Amino acid sequence: MEFIAAYLPSAMMNDQTISQLPLALPEIVMLCMASIVLIVDLFLNDKTRGGTYILSQFTLLALVVITVMSFTQQKSIAFHGTFVRDGMGDLLKIFVYIVTFTVFLYSKSYLKARNMYKGEYYVLGLFAVLGMMVMISAQNFLTIYLGLELLSLCMYALVALQRDSIIASESAMKYFVLGAIASGMLLYGMSMIYGATGSLELATINAEVMKNTDNIVLIFGLVFVLVGVAFKLGAVPFHMWLPDVYQGSPTAVAIFIGSAPKIAAFAMTMRLLVDGLHGLHVQWQDMLIIMAVASLAIGNIVAIAQTNIKRMLAYSTISHVGFIMLGIMTAEKGGYTASMFYTIVYTLMALGAFGMIMYMSRMGFESDKLDDFRGLNQRSPWFAFIMLIFMFSMAGVPPFVGFWAKLSILKAVVAADMTWLAVTAVVFSIIGAFYYLRIIKLMYFDTPQETSAIEGASDLRIMLSLNGIAILGLGFYPEIIMGLVTSVM
Amino acid sequence: MFETWPLLSLVIWTPIVGGILVLATGGDKNASEARVLALLVAIITFALSIPLYTEFNVAKGSMQFIEHAEWMTLGDLRLYYHLGVDGISMPLIVLTTFITVIVVIAGWEVIKYKAAQYMAAFLIMEGLMVGVFSALDAALFYVFWEALLIPMFLVIGVWGGPKRVYATIKFFLYTFLGSVFMLVAFIYMANKTGNFEILQLHSLKLTMQEQMFIFIAFLLAFAVKVPMWPVHTWLPDAHVEAPTGGSVVLAAIMLKLGAYGFLRFSLPITPDASQELAWLMITLSLIAVVYIGFVALVQQDMKKLIAYSSISHMGFVTLGFFIVWAIYDKTTENTDMIITGINGGVVQMISHGFISGAMFLVVGVMYDRIHSRQIADYGGVANTMPTFAAFAVLFAMANAGLPGTSGFVGEFLVIMAAFKANPWFAFLAATTLIVGAAYTLWMVKRVFFGEVANEKVKALKDINSREFFFLSVLAVMVLFFGLYPAPLLEVMDESVENLVRHILQPKIPL
Repeated sequence: MEFIAAYLPSAMMNDQTISQLPLALPEIVMLCMASIVLIVDLFLNDKTRGGTYILSQFTLLALVVITVMSFTQQKSIAFHGTFVRDGMGDLLKIFVYIVTFTVFLYSKSYLKARNMYKGEYYVLGLFAVLGMMVMISAQNFLTIYLGLELLSLCMYALVALQRDSIIASESAMKYFVLGAIASGMLLYGMSMIYGATGSLELATINAEVMKNTDNIVLIFGLVFVLVGVAFKLGAVPFHMWLPDVYQGSPTAVAIFIGSAPKIAAFAMTMRLLVDGLHGLHVQWQDMLIIMAVASLAIGNIVAIAQTNIKRMLAYSTISHVGFIMLGIMTAEKGGYTASMFYTIVYTLMALGAFGMIMYMSRMGFESDKLDDFRGLNQRSPWFAFIMLIFMFSMAGVPPFVGFWAKLSILKAVVAADMTWLAVTAVVFSIIGAFYYLRIIKLMYFDTPQETSAIEGASDLRIMLSLNGIAILGLGFYPEIIMGLVTSVM
Repeated sequence: MFETWPLLSLVIWTPIVGGILVLATGGDKNASEARVLALLVAIITFALSIPLYTEFNVAKGSMQFIEHAEWMTLGDLRLYYHLGVDGISMPLIVLTTFITVIVVIAGWEVIKYKAAQYMAAFLIMEGLMVGVFSALDAALFYVFWEALLIPMFLVIGVWGGPKRVYATIKFFLYTFLGSVFMLVAFIYMANKTGNFEILQLHSLKLTMQEQMFIFIAFLLAFAVKVPMWPVHTWLPDAHVEAPTGGSVVLAAIMLKLGAYGFLRFSLPITPDASQELAWLMITLSLIAVVYIGFVALVQQDMKKLIAYSSISHMGFVTLGFFIVWAIYDKTTENTDMIITGINGGVVQMISHGFISGAMFLVVGVMYDRIHSRQIADYGGVANTMPTFAAFAVLFAMANAGLPGTSGFVGEFLVIMAAFKANPWFAFLAATTLIVGAAYTLWMVKRVFFGEVANEKVKALKDINSREFFFLSVLAVMVLFFGLYPAPLLEVMDESVENLVRHILQPKIPL
């Protein structure tokens, strides 16, 4: 009963809680702004929809400022151990805002051309960001679940945003059903762990786990929790939803699903496995190894067979998740740092690749076939070059930043005395290089199917160029991000 | 005056920045501006690389022109921007800048499609290759090494022949496959030293088992690049499909990267494993020399023939490097012949750079006119192109290793050292003097001599002044180093001696 009392509203609103409110300032601002955007949008029509867009973008930028201003390395736990504010969380949140900002910017003209330029996209997007923020800052099973569901529900709705598209509805359904099952698994695992430790707070759980690592109920719970985590990350064998959802959802939504939530999923994994269940790391290490190697294998090999670029990117995501898991698998600080670096770098690359699809698309033309990239070098040499940067970076070829991300992971894996695993990972990344090369081949070596110039909105063009240059520039000096990541870990 | 200049950085970054500027000239409208700018950049870079030779202290075996700066900290690894050259890498850098000027001139009128991108690709490649030769931090080395694949991939794929896509993807994946294992080996060692400094890796103690794994990882990377038999199959494809400039750079410089890797990494970092596996390396080298020589004999395509002859010649280089232990006599501790062998290998690298480059240019000159590389499509070219034929015969002789040309010097030194190691090695290696002469001269006979074969050959015009220029410059180099190799041997002698002293020390921790 004591436990329930702790979560009752009356108990929550004591003086201590109120004094801790500033810690959750970004979340509070986000909630308020998302609600304001929702209301403001009611008074706007299609002509004045720009207001919603600008307000959403302003919110994200304001949150960047707020989080940077209140940035803290110090770990403070608030609200009866349900919420944590630390450097890792702050940094990840900043990247979530930046990534979402870029997503909104890239997708504006795409949405306009498809009669999807509605307030719902932005409101759902902002609430999804709120969900991610809660996930990142969660320090309790309930908060993790709360954040995860807030994010997922928004995502399900976003996928179904194109109501009259059969394929979009199908993927939304698929996403929802599988997502619900995964959430169920996660909850089941959490209840097991609660049963074994008597607590939902990660810190308490960790202390309990340390006392008795052989508890079979705990390990049972761990397996289910890991299933939930793997589903959200998109790791094999829980990856089935990813290609279908990427392909089925409008590109403007696919780019969102493929970017920012990965950061949140990484944070969730870290919170659960490291903050909460570090005592069981011998057990989860083995499970992660299997899932990571399977993800690398399936992701890279199956991607070769794809003709739809969104589907190909989905499989490429799966293989990248394999790398991210390898870093976490080391159960050492160096590995966590490398994984976090990899996650951030990956989202920047994924943004660019999806951004390119939206840049090439226009009214009535999705440009999501590989063949649509044929001869891009003749139509637009600059953007062919930008896409080349993204592809080589994803393949892990220097001097682009993707190489440094892979190098950090490999370094952590080798440092953990698992050189064979590093060798396995590089072998699969060679296989992966093939399908990235194929895109470059299409762009540079083939002749275009059509020669019309590509019309892209100028803000999209500028941002996409910046995105590409960032990948190249960070390749020369990855310490800009790596230094930040190291400082908060 | 050059003491305070960051010469190596200038030689690396001038062409890269220049290449970006060339790209910025835009589409084919401004092709002539792009060409002039590219030539200017190439000449400036070549000029900047000259002081590397003139100011080089030949009495010093250690690194010179050192530039050392912190680059970044990645986790707990420190990476440095560390450059420097010794007598082995310096000549290769000058070769690189020299060949790039030739390639830019050779592609002048020939490349009409996206000329700016073509020129830029070669300039950027030049900077990256110099980077590979001068990097003293393994991570920096790896960045240059891999980044190099990108422009070459595009050059073959965009300006290549009909089967270019197959050839270029094969080239990329083969080389990528080899190098990633090298990366894992670097990381493994960096975990022990805390950084990627090559000179520190040289003195890192490693057990025999570790050395074996690292040696094999290096072998995969470098053997593919050299290329050694049996991982050479990408080379004929890449050469045949690549445009002339691509073939020249590939043969003249890129193949040297692998051989350079053996000298800079395999031998000094894993000397004990190298000793243990020297038999394997010698066997592979001899197979390359003899067997690939015979394969070259039956080729119908001129470029393919020269590609196979390159593999065969590179076999000499690796042979010269790995007969070290077969020669070494612990009782006398005499290293003279060892040095001769390695010297021979390095001279062969430089000389092959000139000769193979020239051979591909010769084929390129004919291809530009008739658009065929098949030997059967030619005959009696000497009748219509007498000046050109004179050059071609000279380079063919050099390729066959005729005394007086640079091709002879390297092969002779290596055969001499091989004789000391085992007369049979020398015997097998020396067969190349016959086989090499056979395939080269037979090709020359079929292409240049005899009756004029067909109408196309009859209509041929002799080389213009541009073509005369680059062929004659190369001819001068081939003859100069053939008659007077001393300047080359002089610069590398001390460095090679230094290297030999190092590799004869066991590195296994006691």
